[in-house]
Amino acid sequence: MSKIKFDYVRKSYGPNEVIHGINGTIEDGEFVVIVGPSGCGKSTLLRMVAGLETITGGEIKIGEKVVNKLEPAKRSIAMVFQNYALYPHMTVFENMSYGLKIRKVPKAEIKRRVEETAEILELTPYLKRSPRELSGGQRQRVAMGRAIVREPEVFLFDEPLSNLDAKLRVQMRLEIKKLQERLGITSIYVTHDQVEAMTLGHRLMVLNGGNVEQFGTPIDIYLKPETLFVATFIGSPAMNILDGRLSDDGTAAILTTGEAIQLAKPLLSHKGQAIKLGMRPEHLIRCDADKALLYLNADVVEQLGADTILHANLGGSGETVIARIDGVVPAASGERFSFTIEPENLHVFDSDKGKRIN
Amino acid sequence: MVENRPFLDFVTHLVLIVGILLVALPIWIMFVASTHDAVRMAHVPLPLLPGGQFWENLRLTFFGNGLKGSETAAVWQLMLNSFIMAMMISIGKISISILSAYAIVYFRFPLRMTFFWMIFITLMLPVEVRIVPTFEVVANLGMLNSYWGLSVPLIASATATFMFRQVFLTIPDELLESARIDGAGPMRFFFDMLLPLSRTNIAALFVIVFIYGWNQYLWPLLVTTDQSMGTIVISIKQMLEAETGSPQWNVIMMTALLAMLPPVAVVIGMQKFFVKGLTETEK
Repeated sequence: MSKIKFDYVRKSYGPNEVIHGINGTIEDGEFVVIVGPSGCGKSTLLRMVAGLETITGGEIKIGEKVVNKLEPAKRSIAMVFQNYALYPHMTVFENMSYGLKIRKVPKAEIKRRVEETAEILELTPYLKRSPRELSGGQRQRVAMGRAIVREPEVFLFDEPLSNLDAKLRVQMRLEIKKLQERLGITSIYVTHDQVEAMTLGHRLMVLNGGNVEQFGTPIDIYLKPETLFVATFIGSPAMNILDGRLSDDGTAAILTTGEAIQLAKPLLSHKGQAIKLGMRPEHLIRCDADKALLYLNADVVEQLGADTILHANLGGSGETVIARIDGVVPAASGERFSFTIEPENLHVFDSDKGKRIN
Repeated sequence: MVENRPFLDFVTHLVLIVGILLVALPIWIMFVASTHDAVRMAHVPLPLLPGGQFWENLRLTFFGNGLKGSETAAVWQLMLNSFIMAMMISIGKISISILSAYAIVYFRFPLRMTFFWMIFITLMLPVEVRIVPTFEVVANLGMLNSYWGLSVPLIASATATFMFRQVFLTIPDELLESARIDGAGPMRFFFDMLLPLSRTNIAALFVIVFIYGWNQYLWPLLVTTDQSMGTIVISIKQMLEAETGSPQWNVIMMTALLAMLPPVAVVIGMQKFFVKGLTETEK
């Protein structure tokens, strides 16, 4: 087990730089999830750790060793692929033991380790089967078993659950989390799935366009997104972003429709400047019309049972706002709703750079 | 078609039966001819029912030097030559093409695409086109009248290389990556992954190439002057010309019958793999 250190890691394909200098440290035994939209470089970063992509610039350290030039086999990593990449002509046992066989681990030792791992993953009855005789979830477990058996210092997961159906995905998600806690092996997990990102990792690295947007605990990222991108990317439905400006004394945000919304703390350094105001749909609270900060005209109402998603426009301004109301709320399109929000749930971003300022 | 009309059934069967008769009739005549003695075969009309000379003819043909008065070697010798040549071509072709395909698909080296296109261009140069220079080279290497001379010039194959290339391209990249993480080097990956995964394709190719090798005519005719190195396909033609009198059809037809057996055996023996190799897509 060991920590992983990224030191200004860059990657270019010819003249195109796709990863622009990533820094960060993953602690020993930590589970870090890398999340981002497709093409943000998350898989590339993972593959650079694995040694399947060359590193154009900077350094990656696993433990105390710089691994830039090491062969994948020499990095003491194990990787779980999206399509499992099981060897189709080998049995489950052979799949799991192949790496050990190449490393010339004694036969008895291989047998012991494979059987132990199979026990953990409940694969014992399937050891003699070939991958094509297994279900998706079982194949997934074999792929993980193959990784565990090697007793690596680092686990790498490349969207391992995206080929499973929804129900199995939830189950495997829990299993992976439990397994990682039990084994305590440093892990990097790449996904584009919100829920996996929020629930699996100790920390979350949000990537966008080859840059780290934010690196922190999932709850920090949810409560205090550092950039507009993170704000809209994490959370579903996405955070509402409204145009506006700060009042001249910096204590309130003034929307384009003229409503002034009081902030928790005055923002003296940005007085009078244009801002983007972020409000999570679940933080909008219905209230009486006389206490309301926002008036929304419903366009579409989605009844989900547990809650109601209101797609509305802001006081006829054309800016759309999504609100999430608990329970079943009978509503028709065109109906007017009044909402308020706690000042500490407001997110204020610089209008040009998209950086958080409150 | 899921139509139930007796007349239509009759017509479809009729067409199929006529087709089979057309294909099978020459083979039947060949078989019948190989069961009569030379005297009966010289009379018209030709017999349409088998006679009792089959084993006698077989002994005569297989162990004798084919035909009285001809210079061909014993037929078992000819069959052995054909078999060795066909096997050498098949094994050689498969080994060379699988290795070239491996190089082209999995390695990045300078002039990779140049080599690829050079192999591609050889499709336009079958033996028949380059027969004179090839003969010259083989003669200079002293390979006339040898198994090497028979097989080596026929081994290189663009078609087989392409087939393996296609097979390798369907193998997901993750498999290679997974094997690399497991610590498999290029040789291990080839023997532990690619070879077992292309097993059915190798079998399919073997069937095609073996028959191609067995049926070679022009090239063996050129490089073998020594009768003991002749192949069975050539000897049939030579038997026809050898006899000044009437051809000994019983012996000739028995030789033809024997010449047909190994390809048939290969096809029947490997047809399961053959079909799998050409249709299986799951990797």
